[in-house]
Amino acid sequence: MSTNKITTQKVNFKVFRFNADEDYLPYYEDYSMDVTSEEVVLDILNRIKWDHDGSFSYRRSCRHGICGTCAIKVNGRSTLACKESMTEMIKIFGNELTIEPLSKKRAIKDMIIDKADFWEKHEQVTPFLDAEIDENPTLENLVSPAEANALDEADLCIQCGACHYACPVVEISDAFMGPAAFAAAYRFEADVRDGNESRLTDVNQMGSGVWDCVKCFECAEACPKEINPIEKIGKLHNMLFQSGQADSNIATRHAVGFVKSIKHNGVLDEGGLVLYSELAGIVKHVPVALKMFSKGKIVPPWGITKSDNLDEIQKLVKSSSTAKF
Amino acid sequence: MGKLKYALFTGCTAKQSTPEQMMSTMAVADKLGIELVELTEASCCGASHLQDYDDFLSLVLNARNIAYAEKHGLTMVTICNTCQLNTAMTKHRLDNNAELKARVNEKLQEVGLVYAGTSKITHFLYAIIDDIGLDKIKEMVTTPLSQFNIAPFYGCHNIRPSELQNETHDTPENPYNPTSLDDLIIACGGVSVDYEEKNKCCGFHAELQSPKVAATLTGNAIAGAMDGNADWMVTPCPLCHLKLDTQTGHASHAIGREVSLPVLHMQQMIGLALGCPPETLGMKHHLTKVDFV
Ligand code: SF4
Ligand code: SF4
Ligand code: SF4
Ligand code: FES
Repeated sequence: MSTNKITTQKVNFKVFRFNADEDYLPYYEDYSMDVTSEEVVLDILNRIKWDHDGSFSYRRSCRHGICGTCAIKVNGRSTLACKESMTEMIKIFGNELTIEPLSKKRAIKDMIIDKADFWEKHEQVTPFLDAEIDENPTLENLVSPAEANALDEADLCIQCGACHYACPVVEISDAFMGPAAFAAAYRFEADVRDGNESRLTDVNQMGSGVWDCVKCFECAEACPKEINPIEKIGKLHNMLFQSGQADSNIATRHAVGFVKSIKHNGVLDEGGLVLYSELAGIVKHVPVALKMFSKGKIVPPWGITKSDNLDEIQKLVKSSSTAKF
Repeated sequence: MGKLKYALFTGCTAKQSTPEQMMSTMAVADKLGIELVELTEASCCGASHLQDYDDFLSLVLNARNIAYAEKHGLTMVTICNTCQLNTAMTKHRLDNNAELKARVNEKLQEVGLVYAGTSKITHFLYAIIDDIGLDKIKEMVTTPLSQFNIAPFYGCHNIRPSELQNETHDTPENPYNPTSLDDLIIACGGVSVDYEEKNKCCGFHAELQSPKVAATLTGNAIAGAMDGNADWMVTPCPLCHLKLDTQTGHASHAIGREVSLPVLHMQQMIGLALGCPPETLGMKHHLTKVDFV
């Protein structure tokens, strides 16, 4: 039995308030409360509503980290309110906490946002098992543990949107599908029972495609289910190359260009890589490149110091390559 | 305490587009009495792109780099956030998956190498904080940077994913409220600027395929630092440096506002505070003029 003593401390909350029907601009309300070490963020939302202002609005249902409705931001960090402990929040941010919805620009009322963009993108990746079902099977349909493991926990997603609204590319570009949609696409692509033939191509082509992720790992950090969406995006990249569906574009040539460069020099030929990736598009880099050259920031191919024992690297590239382009 | 000695994985950038980073690393190591054994056999780490194409090859090449640090019996120190992430990620995956490690070692054997998992891998920033200590740095400062407001720019791949990153150093770092670089600024006598973008992405890894997104992120970062009244920015990552220093034109265009600030590598900042002659820190290689030295 745990003997941890329950402690209490004072916390000042700055809470985002907005009613799209009445308010021209959002504002912040201050609340000061004694918070116990046992409470989760949702307890605070409840207490604001019950003890301070009955009109305060937020979504919650299960209180068990399953329905995915209660995600909000605390000091800019996406959190699942019913799962996130206040002790942890105070440990990271101290005793001044700002409570905001997942997306301020999508706020409808207080913590409640219009999540339509999330659902639209989710829907586009065919987020269900697409399979021919034998109505009268004579045998059970067995999935081996190894095959089940291939999903890599992507099936645990509760569509809370924490990752989606933590993604800086989603924030800037409406065309980017976002980490949750990609993780969902991976979840079904990795499922042996799935027979959908266009999902992978769709993912590669819809919106701005699957290559615009800036690899910031915000989604991995935000996900309350530890799904690691960026890792799934990497796996989609691998799947596209493996299935021969990776078309030649700047991003794919960029990835492949590393092998070329490593084979040649061990290290990267930075200029050569940009040239190989961009092809004719290289012209737009010329003005900055000239300035960089004048500052000694561009080493010509013949000036690059190759790795020592380059023969080892070349041998390994030959023997260990698993992909083709 | 004996003399500190590390195996240095320079990465490609320090040897090509940020020569000033290599210079200042050496100058600062010298000042701090650190011996750096450069891993001249190392290949590129793949910069988080090679594995999109060929994950196994990326593991093998990174394991080879680590194997050379192990041969020296030294901790591997990186000076690029992305090198740090790729190398530490490789170590993490191999150390936690015996089957994968065996497959990788089968390949390394062909060239007479083995990955054992014996070397620690840490970024130079954390090596300095963990092994030398900020108090010692403070003591050594000869030219405190007290007249400067300095905006720390952490760079994604030193702070996220935090579980992995915190395996690589002793000083805990929270990606939502990182403190290492702020503390280093303060140790150097400077005033650290708090601004929203300090732990955000610079956009580097999508610069080619998504220039507008990348430039917007860069622009937001510089604008945040400017609005925080920063005199200059400092970063431990040469890739962030490239974005913040050389892409101000595109960044300004993307966010519709003229943005530009001098950006120093972490090593250059330490070097200035410890009294390294400025010419050993390579500021003349910057595109955005470092006008205060
Ligand atoms: S890693 Fe990629 S998908 Fe995840 S938050 Fe960053 S940009 Fe978005
Ligand atoms: S991947 Fe994680 S953070 Fe993203 S929607 Fe699913 S559960 Fe939420
Ligand atoms: S991240 Fe850059 S500098 Fe680091 S080794 Fe890799 S490509 Fe080369
Ligand atoms: S209330 Fe259901 S996930 Fe939080």
